[in-house]
Order: sequence, then C-alpha cells, then structure tokens
Amino acid sequence: MDRDQTAIEGAKDYARLVAQWAPKPNVPLLISRAFLVGGSICFAGQFVFDYFRQRQPTEVEAIALTLATMISAGVLLTALGVYDHLGELGGMGAAVPITGFANSMAAAAIDFRREGMVLGMAAKMFVIAGPVIVYGIVAGILTGLVATLLRLAAG
Amino acid sequence: MTAKRVGQFTVQFSQPPRIVGAFTLMGPREGQGPLGKYFDAIVDDYMWGEYQPEKAERKFLEHAARRALERAGVSENDVDYFIAGDLMNQIVSSTFSARSLGIPHIGVFAACATSTLGLSLAAMLVDGGFARRVLVATASHYQTAERQYRYPIELNIQRKPTNQWTATGGAAAVVAAEGEGPRISHVTVGRVMDWGVKDANHMGAAMAPAAMDTLLRHFQDTNTTPADFDLILTGDLAQHGSKLFRELVKREGHTLGGKHMDAGASLYSPEQQPGAGASGAVCSASVLLAYVLKEMAKGRYRRVLALATGCLHNALTTQQGDSCPGVCHALVLENG
Repeated sequence: MDRDQTAIEGAKDYARLVAQWAPKPNVPLLISRAFLVGGSICFAGQFVFDYFRQRQPTEVEAIALTLATMISAGVLLTALGVYDHLGELGGMGAAVPITGFANSMAAAAIDFRREGMVLGMAAKMFVIAGPVIVYGIVAGILTGLVATLLRLAAG
Repeated sequence: MTAKRVGQFTVQFSQPPRIVGAFTLMGPREGQGPLGKYFDAIVDDYMWGEYQPEKAERKFLEHAARRALERAGVSENDVDYFIAGDLMNQIVSSTFSARSLGIPHIGVFAACATSTLGLSLAAMLVDGGFARRVLVATASHYQTAERQYRYPIELNIQRKPTNQWTATGGAAAVVAAEGEGPRISHVTVGRVMDWGVKDANHMGAAMAPAAMDTLLRHFQDTNTTPADFDLILTGDLAQHGSKLFRELVKREGHTLGGKHMDAGASLYSPEQQPGAGASGAVCSASVLLAYVLKEMAKGRYRRVLALATGCLHNALTTQQGDSCPGVCHALVLENG
C-alpha cells in the first residue's frame, strides 16, 4: 500500500471512530421537548385566534390579526433575549411556528443593525429567512400549477 | 547553523527564554467557571460597554497586552515585537490593538492554536538574538465568533452536544531572555492535518489528529515519553475531541492517563452547559497563562507540555463542503 493509500484508509477508519463515538442524541426527549414548546406556541396562537374570532366580522380578519399578534410576540421575545432559549429547548418546535420565522428575521436584524441601517440591518435581515421566502413562493407556484392542471384534467 | 534543532520538527533552545509576565482578562461566564479564581481579572460585562462585540474583543486583547507589560515591569519601548492573533477576519483585533500599542507587529493566524504559536515564535526570536522581549497576545469573544462562523446571536438554534462555546477574554504574556518565570525549553510547530471531518460542529474531532501528530513528533524528536511531563495540556479539543485524541495516542502506544488535561473541557462546568466545552483563541491561552503558570509557580507542575489546537476552517469552506483542517503547536514549559 503506498503512502497516500495508507492515509486514505486511516482517514476512513477515523471517520468511523468519530461517528461511532459521537454522542447519541436523546431522540424521545428532544421530540417531547419540541412537542411541548411547539404545542404551547400553537396553543397560544389558537387562544389568540379564538379571541379575535369573537370580535371580528369574518375569519379572514381574525387570521390576519392572529398572525400579526404572533409575529409581534416572536419579535418581542427575540428582543428580550428569550426566544433563542426557546429554540435551545424546543428545537424545531420553536423554529417551525410563525414566531420562529419572526425570530429568524428579528435576530438577524438586531445582529446586523450594528453594521448600519442600510447595508447592515436592511440588507442582512433576510439571511436566515430568505430561503424560507424563496422556496415558499416556489412551492406555492408549483402547487398552484399542479392544482390548475388537475382541475383542467377533471374538466 | 541548525544547532538548535532536534529531530525533524522540534527546536530546542540553547538559552531557554522565560515568560516574565502574563495577564488573563476574562468574561463573566469564564470567571464563574471552575478556573475562574486563576484568572487575573474578570470583566463582568461581556460587551465591556461597547455596542459591537468586535470592539469588545479588541478591548480584551489590548487591555490584556497592556497589563501583561505591567506584570513584566516593562513599557512598550522595552519590547521589540508584538505577536498577536485572533479569530476575526484579517485578525483585526490584533492589528487594531497593535495600532495603539505602537510596537512592531507580527500578525499570526492559527485559530485556537494562536497561544502556543505566538509564544513559540516569541521564544525563537528571543533565543535567536533577534529580540530582547516579545509581547504575545490573543483574544476571542463568544459573540464575534458566533457572528462570523455561525448564526445571529438571538436565533433559535439548538446546539449539538459536540458544539463548543467560544470563550470570551484576552490573554497576553511577555517572553524575555532575562527575568523571573518559567522557561520555554522546546517548541514543536505542527503540520496541518486533515482526516476528513466535515462537521464544523465537531471541531474537537477535526483537531484531534493534529494534536496526536504534534505530540508524537515531539516525543520522537526529543526522545521523551508522557513520563517526562507533569502535565500534558491540550486545547481546545473539548470533551469528545479529547476522548478521540487519547484513543489515537493510545493506538500509537502511549498512555497519558491522569496527566492529560484539555483546556476546552476545563473552562466551564457541566452546569454551565456549553455542549462539549469551550473553544476560542483565548481558551488554551488563558488556561496556559493563568492556571498552568500559577500552578507551576506553586511547584505543583515542573514540566508541562502545552499543545494548543486550532481548527482552520471558515464559514465559506464549510458551506462549500470542505473538510476542516486542524493544526497543533507544542511548547514545553519548565521551572527553574
């Protein structure tokens, strides 16, 4: 075996060792925490929605006000330095709800504010949220296209 | 010509230079950790009154450097070179500090291995007769590293158990031919090693092969074994990297046993929950210049092998799918 081959074999062997010794995540615990954190956020969202539903003429207005309230709450908790701890605790349970999206924009905005209002905050606000918006729109277009084609096929 | 070289990689000084003054200035989290009482000063506000963490990091570096000069009892004019490095792009914390210190500056980059690289170069300059005294400094800051390498601070991110927390603080030392303090007797500058670890969240695994390589080369060059040292300090392999390192060293026939200590695994207590431990240029620097120097002064350790490790990736190389190269630079500290 030449020297390079020995090195490659050594690296492969090491990769196996690293993988084997990597700390195993406690999946049931992580899932339960994600469920509790995500569930609590959704519970709060439902509570806010019910509140507005009783006071608004249509469901559309109630939904809009619920989204605005939850986004504001996410931004506020980010500014207070609470939301990153929710993320540490709940993982995707904190990231997936709309409050998590609000956090990703607010966190970037707070961070890059220090490089100025234009090239800092405004330009880099979408660093984390950008892909969600781009692929959200792409997925929306594709879904709309498929739905239209299906409707046409059905006559 | 090469009378000061032993073996293939190691330098043995003919008149070992001394560390005649050192200062460690750490953040609040580090001050509350198990080694808190060893640090020379703690700054309670990790932002140190600044709006931008980059400015705070600079302050940690410069203040540590100035206080190290005081400890050594010398002024800027008595020092011939200022060797400094940090984790920021273009090592700005070092160069901006050099701007106000006004000492001829040698900038170095070795990520978290900056401490032993800086001290090694300083010792070579002094023993080579190129300098009377050299000031060495480094700093790191949790927020600046997060911003540059990872995500915005307030983002909802769940840390991996192998993640390391970048230590906040500055550490500096004066290396001189004359004076009181432990001697730097040997230096082994390491090779850059890459065994294909692509996970930037597992820097300990990326650096362990480099630590093993430099350690074995040092043993080989100087014909020593773990028995010749009271302490073998690595940094910052952290908890999981240290396990891998000890395994790799064991496979090469050496057992370190209770003599091995890792700076990254020692800076925080498990209750402080920093994942696998600490990292950052100041981590190994502060453990070496605070804990090790003070325990050497008490006589607990007489001969210490310090192996600071650095992970040489940046945010771009990680995104481009490259693996993380590691490096490790070693030096031997001796009493007397």
